[in-house]
Amino acid sequence: MARPVQYNIYGQTDVKLVKEGPEGYAGEGFFTTSLDKVVGLARKNSIWPLPFATSCCGIEFMATMASHYDLSRFGSERVGFSPRQCDLMMVMGTIAKKMAPVVRQVYLQMAEPRRVMAVGACASSGGIFDTYSVLQGIDQVIPVDVYVPGCPPRPEAIIDGFMRVQELVHNESLRRRTSDKYKDLMNAYGIQ
Amino acid sequence: MLTNESIQQKLTEKFGDQVTGFTESFGMMSFEAPKDLNLKVLQFLYDDEELQFRFLSDLQAVHYPDQIGRELAVVYHLHNLVSNVRLRFKVFTNIQTPDVFSATALFSSANWMERETYDFFGVNFVGHPNLKRILNVDEMDYFPMRKEFPLEDQTRIDKDDEMFGRGGTF
Repeated sequence: MARPVQYNIYGQTDVKLVKEGPEGYAGEGFFTTSLDKVVGLARKNSIWPLPFATSCCGIEFMATMASHYDLSRFGSERVGFSPRQCDLMMVMGTIAKKMAPVVRQVYLQMAEPRRVMAVGACASSGGIFDTYSVLQGIDQVIPVDVYVPGCPPRPEAIIDGFMRVQELVHNESLRRRTSDKYKDLMNAYGIQ
Repeated sequence: MLTNESIQQKLTEKFGDQVTGFTESFGMMSFEAPKDLNLKVLQFLYDDEELQFRFLSDLQAVHYPDQIGRELAVVYHLHNLVSNVRLRFKVFTNIQTPDVFSATALFSSANWMERETYDFFGVNFVGHPNLKRILNVDEMDYFPMRKEFPLEDQTRIDKDDEMFGRGGTF
C-alpha cells in the first residue's frame, strides 16, 4: 500500500508544519506586526550554535546533531566553528580552571546578540569534579542563559534546552541588549 | 643475571650504609638514600655495566605529613630495558626546605616530570632549567597534592554540605 502523502497546504490538511504566525493584522496578501516580533521570529529559527565540547556531553551533542535527533530541524543546520559568526555558545563538558580564560575569550569574540547554554552538570556547576582544578560552573566567568541538567544529558534534554533558548530569543525585546540591566550584568562579569 | 639481591649487593658495596630501606613488593625492589646522594646513586645505576638503569619511567612525590623532618618523598622509577628489571628509588626531604638535585642532566625525561612534581608537591629541584607550573594555572599559590589542602574546591559558596554527606545534621 502506498504511503499517504500530505502536503502542507494551509487549511486543507490536519498536518501543520508551519505554526501560526505572531499577532498582527493580516489582509489579502499582506501582514503587519511589530518589528521585534519579526526579528525574534527570524533569529529564533536561524540560531547558529558554536559547540564548545570538552568531554562526554560533547558526544551527546554529536548525537543531537546527527540524523536521528537532527538539531537542524530547529534552524541550526549550520554549526559554526568561528565564534564571530555564531549566536549560541553551547558549553558541553568539564571546564578546567586553566580552560576558563579560553571559554571567556571565545565568548568575548562572539557578536551580540550572543547566548550561552551550559550543557551538563560539569558546565553548570562543576558536577562531580568538586576539586581544585575544575571551574565550578561556567557562570563564574560568563553569563549563562540556559542550563541543561544531566550527566550527560540525553539528546532530548539538549533539544529541550535548545527550544528554551529559541523561546528566549523569540521573546527578547530589541532594547534588552542596550538596557542598563544588561550592562550591569556584563559589568558584573567584568566584560567591556 | 640481574636479581634484586645482586642489585642490593652492588649498591651496598658502592654506598655502604648510606643506602637503606630495601624492601620488595610484587617483585619490584625499593630503597632509599639521603637526598644529597640522589644524583650519585642515579649516575651509578646508569653507568654500571651490569645495572644499566637507563630509563626513567616515572618520577613523582609522596607527602607523609606524619613523618616529621622527612615529609616529602621523591620517588624515581627506573627501568633496565636490557634485562627488563624495574627499580624504585626514594629520597626523603623535609617540607621546610624541599630542595632536591634535579636529574635533568642525566635523564631528559625528568624535565617535565620534575615540573609536575613541583607543581603538585612544591619540591624545589635545584638545577632544573625551567622549574615552573606545568598542569595547573600559573596563578595558583599552593601545592594541591599536599595533604593539608582539602580536595574540594574552596571557592564554592553555594554548596550545602549536608546534601553531600559531609557534616550537617546527618
